[in-house]
Amino acid sequence: MQHDDVIWDIIGNKQFCSYKVKTKSQNFCRNEYSLTGLCNRSSCPLANSQYATIREEKGQCFLYMKVIERAAFPAKMWEKVKLSRNYEKALEQIDENLIYWPRFLRHKCKQRFTKITQYLIRMRKLELKRRRKLVPLSRKVEQREKRKEEKALIAAQLDNAIEKELLERLKQGTYGDIYNFPVHAFDRALEQQDEEEAEEEEEEEEDEDVGKREFVADDEVEESDISDFEDMNKLGTSSEEEEEETSSEAEEEMEIELHKDTGLQQKKKKLSKGKSPANSAARRKRAYVEIEYEHETEPASKSRNT
Amino acid sequence: MDITEVPVSEKSKGKKKKTKKTKAKDMSAEGDIQDGDVDTKDGVKMESEPGASAFPPTFSVSEIKNKQRRHLMFMKFKQEKRKQKMTIRKKKKKERIALGDKAPPKEVPKTIENQRVYDETTVDPDDEEVKYDEETDEFAAYFNGLTNPKVLITTSDRPRGRTVRFCEQLATVVPNAHVYYRRGLALKRVIPQCIARNFTYLMVINEDRKVPNGLVLCHLPDGPTAHFKVSSVRLRKEIKRHGKDPTEHHPEVILNNFSTRLGHTIGRLFAALFPQDPQFVGRQVATFHNQRDFIFFRFHRYIFKNEKKVGIQELGPRFTLKLRSLQKGTFDSKFGEYEWVLKRHEMDSCRRKFQL
Repeated sequence: MQHDDVIWDIIGNKQFCSYKVKTKSQNFCRNEYSLTGLCNRSSCPLANSQYATIREEKGQCFLYMKVIERAAFPAKMWEKVKLSRNYEKALEQIDENLIYWPRFLRHKCKQRFTKITQYLIRMRKLELKRRRKLVPLSRKVEQREKRKEEKALIAAQLDNAIEKELLERLKQGTYGDIYNFPVHAFDRALEQQDEEEAEEEEEEEEDEDVGKREFVADDEVEESDISDFEDMNKLGTSSEEEEEETSSEAEEEMEIELHKDTGLQQKKKKLSKGKSPANSAARRKRAYVEIEYEHETEPASKSRNT
Repeated sequence: MDITEVPVSEKSKGKKKKTKKTKAKDMSAEGDIQDGDVDTKDGVKMESEPGASAFPPTFSVSEIKNKQRRHLMFMKFKQEKRKQKMTIRKKKKKERIALGDKAPPKEVPKTIENQRVYDETTVDPDDEEVKYDEETDEFAAYFNGLTNPKVLITTSDRPRGRTVRFCEQLATVVPNAHVYYRRGLALKRVIPQCIARNFTYLMVINEDRKVPNGLVLCHLPDGPTAHFKVSSVRLRKEIKRHGKDPTEHHPEVILNNFSTRLGHTIGRLFAALFPQDPQFVGRQVATFHNQRDFIFFRFHRYIFKNEKKVGIQELGPRFTLKLRSLQKGTFDSKFGEYEWVLKRHEMDSCRRKFQL
């Protein structure tokens, strides 16, 4: 015989019910046929021999009913009625099937049915919308990639690479005339200029002094006239000297400029080994400051009259 | 097990020892039953080579069961190895100095770039086929100067602050770029609208946990779509010593190390983002540098101090990209034709093999 009260007495409060889930504030019922999910005297499917629920399967709602007459046949205990897809019609069906049943069960069934239809509608809507696809990340792989990235960054040496590329572009002239450093062209041009000038000088000097006649005094060669002599010397000297001069001209120039910059008009410290006033001839082609050296010595050839 | 007493003297003969270690060994020898057998082995071997300071050849550190002793032995082993290495290096250095000019050239150390597995799709600059392809691919219009790039930047749904700021900064970097909010629109519907308004590029920045982590770059009329993983995003104020905001001038573009066919395609993809005529007055340069399949993006302002030196100052955001997939047509995740997809198991197995 079915003694609902006894059953409830046992499973509800005193002893164990395997469908019961206890929490701090409430008790829940995990039974699949439970109408509400709570563990109550009136909503426990085990403790009520006349019971009804709504359950949903693949979008279709069914009304399940249990009556005391079938309590002895567990296999046939629940009667399953398919509800129509139309909301109102389904409600009418529920009413029709549960006519003369306790108000509580009827009401709760309808409530449950409403909730189920609502969530089914929501599911259908979401299906149509775009959904975020969640892709699982493997932590190992991510860490590996992160480390590889760091090492690649170090190996890349970005700043250097960028600077190199920019300088390359500058050299190739992609920037046109914006910047005023024509780079190597400038240096090359400078060297070329040096060579040209040296050649010119050589040629000119040779041409000039060949065949020229100069009248030079017999005695009393004063120091101040040395320069002329040295010009003459120059004619005779081999071209080696000149070449040496030209090669060192670059240095000399720089040093001359230095001197000029510092504004010192001292004796030009002639830069290379004893090439002193001889260079003045070469220098004539460009701006220079000539300094005359005066040494007071008594001319040897003079004899004193006593 | 027998505890054989190995005479102390022999042990000390066998190895150069600090006294501490001998003591430790002795104490542990007595207390340690398990090691008895191993000790005898050691002892025997050491007897056979009394003068050798090195370990006997068939001895391996892993045979000692005692963890502390094993550790000590291993440390010593390492030290000896290091010493040997140092002596070899010094010798080599002396020889090199002695020989002077005749010394053999220094050996080039092996790097990953040196050891890279040769990729058969590496582009030869004079390759005819490549040239022909490039003339007829989707970027031809851009490279022939017919179209000007117009970029639409957007994000995934509900972007957070960081992503939004990143989008804004990107928009300043790329000229002629517009940022639009997504608001739940489907990309497939966005694309025809973009085409109708003459956009050439669509950039979608995907966000995860408040941080941008993906980039979909879609060339518009019907161009390839590239999907990248974005990492290490640094916004402007997070960059140390950054310069002022970029101006409106068109920047120059530097593309480094895109060597294979795939790399070439991606390189062109990036190049077509920027207008063809860089304004050198602006002195801004955007760099895409590929290293080991990671593409580093930097945005700098440069100034030439003299013809041999240039100074650069970083403006703009920086980020790294890793290509995940390249699709032939516009963005279509279901039916698109994938030209290249990152397959981790195949591609990550060899450390010397890179795709870009």
